[in-house]
Amino acid sequence: MLFEQSLNGLQFGLMLFLLAAGLTLVFGIMDMINLAHGSLYMIGAYLMASFVQATGSFWVALPLALVATALVGAALEVALLRKLYERDHLTQVLATFAVILIANEVVRLIWGNQSLMLNPPAGLTGPVQLPGGVQYASYRLAIIAVGVFVALLLYFLVTKTRVGMLVRAGASNREMAVAMGVNIPRLFTIVFALGAALCALAGAMLGPILAVQVGMGENILILAFVVIVIGGIGSIRGAFVGALLVGLVDTMGRALLPIAFAEMFSPQVASNLGPSLSSILIYVLMAAVLFLRPQGLFPARG
Amino acid sequence: MKRLLLILALACAFPWAMHAIDQQFYTSFATRILIYAMAAASLNLVLGYGGMVSFGHAAFFGAGAYVVGILAVEGVSSLWIAWPAAIAAAALAALVIGAISLRTRGVYFIMITLAFAQMMYYVFVSLKAYGGDDGLSLPARSTGLGVSLANDFVWYYMVLVLLMIILFLLHRLLRSRFGRVIEAIRENETRATAVGYPVYRYKLLCFVISGAIAGLAGALIANQTSYVGPALLHWVQSGTLMIMVILGGVGRFWGGPVGAVVLLALEELFSGSPLLGPYSLHWQLPVGVILLAVVLFAPQGISGAFAKKPQ
Repeated sequence: MLFEQSLNGLQFGLMLFLLAAGLTLVFGIMDMINLAHGSLYMIGAYLMASFVQATGSFWVALPLALVATALVGAALEVALLRKLYERDHLTQVLATFAVILIANEVVRLIWGNQSLMLNPPAGLTGPVQLPGGVQYASYRLAIIAVGVFVALLLYFLVTKTRVGMLVRAGASNREMAVAMGVNIPRLFTIVFALGAALCALAGAMLGPILAVQVGMGENILILAFVVIVIGGIGSIRGAFVGALLVGLVDTMGRALLPIAFAEMFSPQVASNLGPSLSSILIYVLMAAVLFLRPQGLFPARG
Repeated sequence: MKRLLLILALACAFPWAMHAIDQQFYTSFATRILIYAMAAASLNLVLGYGGMVSFGHAAFFGAGAYVVGILAVEGVSSLWIAWPAAIAAAALAALVIGAISLRTRGVYFIMITLAFAQMMYYVFVSLKAYGGDDGLSLPARSTGLGVSLANDFVWYYMVLVLLMIILFLLHRLLRSRFGRVIEAIRENETRATAVGYPVYRYKLLCFVISGAIAGLAGALIANQTSYVGPALLHWVQSGTLMIMVILGGVGRFWGGPVGAVVLLALEELFSGSPLLGPYSLHWQLPVGVILLAVVLFAPQGISGAFAKKPQ
């Protein structure tokens, strides 16, 4: 069971990483609090559900959903968010909160109030036998594979390519990057579209496990913020470590704490205490990290 | 001053007018606005005047509400016990959360207050003994004044009087030495420290006062709906309070109340409006568009746009 729960934690953490990677870049480079990031995740999941229905194939629909969401993200950046970079954080919170309201209603108008079902792709519906005799859902294993692949891809993109170099330059010192002639507006749009595509990937992959519904973005958004604050704002590596930490701590806490409490306390106390403590565990983790290392584990600004 | 008396007169006359046209529902709705005006004013104290962007204010609001709810279920319905207890609990929560959070600054302060509020949210979600996820229904409104607060008419005036008292106290507080120091810290913390003020203690006290007022507002909202639920502590609630303050005008005395009136009135207007027909279910859409318009065209908030002199 321990092994299975760690795989679940890994899977959840990797999906959180996809969300947090885009968020941390937007936050780090543009110094912009974007509450609407969760809306892009929701839009990605809905577009995925539609494309699956239209094309009949999970793997054909996936790239379509990614590209479509990236376009939505780029449009949002050019039309609205670009005007907010110079404003203070409060204004950004108000504006992107408004975007959440608008996005939720537009999604309701287009797709209706019912939550949508998204099925895992054919061939990945059953469990597989892992070495050691553990049964594990093959679809969750596929999520882990996709997550690891994308993390490696991002690592390559950020550390080895020219765009990645500009992103890192922007995150560590924006003014200096501008002074050196970096085309910041174009870089911002690219980063934002990339972040939106990662959101869509997370939404599409998690769709078959969680329900595709309005409001799905709000809950996971806060977790993504927790991840980037733990990891250090603007740092992709921090987002990766933070996401895995949050995924593992949350999943393991939910699985193990109730058992541990059942050993120590009476059943009544345990059944009250276990769930409450395990759901606040990641927030305790975040508060502790902020208290001890206020800049996060891997600060991007040196 | 003239404008203030006019508004006060209108607020006093409102329930009579609604009674006259047989729309008592709006009296109850107006009470809700007054309660949120108090909560938003408390947030404006830390956010606007203290410069501390607390993204977890719903924690104090919800804590106050839950104290009243839990005491009511346990049989304590006297407002002389329940409401001070709610204020004390919220102040205590603000003291603990503030003492830790105020060691960080900027974005990290926003996030750590959010984290603490989420912790409290999950504590109440899993508090099975008091309703857990489903929340808690109060048997009745608080008692203890010799008048029936169950009467919506009386209740409205009770809340109005409390709001006036709180706003008066806030006004006095902000004009006092304490208020000046708090604003000085917001403008330049380093300088305030250099002048010799114990900056951390001032900020913490400001945070605790704000939390206590939010706790009172929470006690009132629990009585208003005779229901408390974890949704009162959810981060969206903190966000809504913040939206009210920003909408009304950050750091402007009437910012919180104006924002509460405008946001709740907009919600009501669009959610019940016959103009929109079947689309009135989608009231969040026009509200979102209006919020965006305020951001882009009235950066000082509504009370800022109408102010005679820029602050």
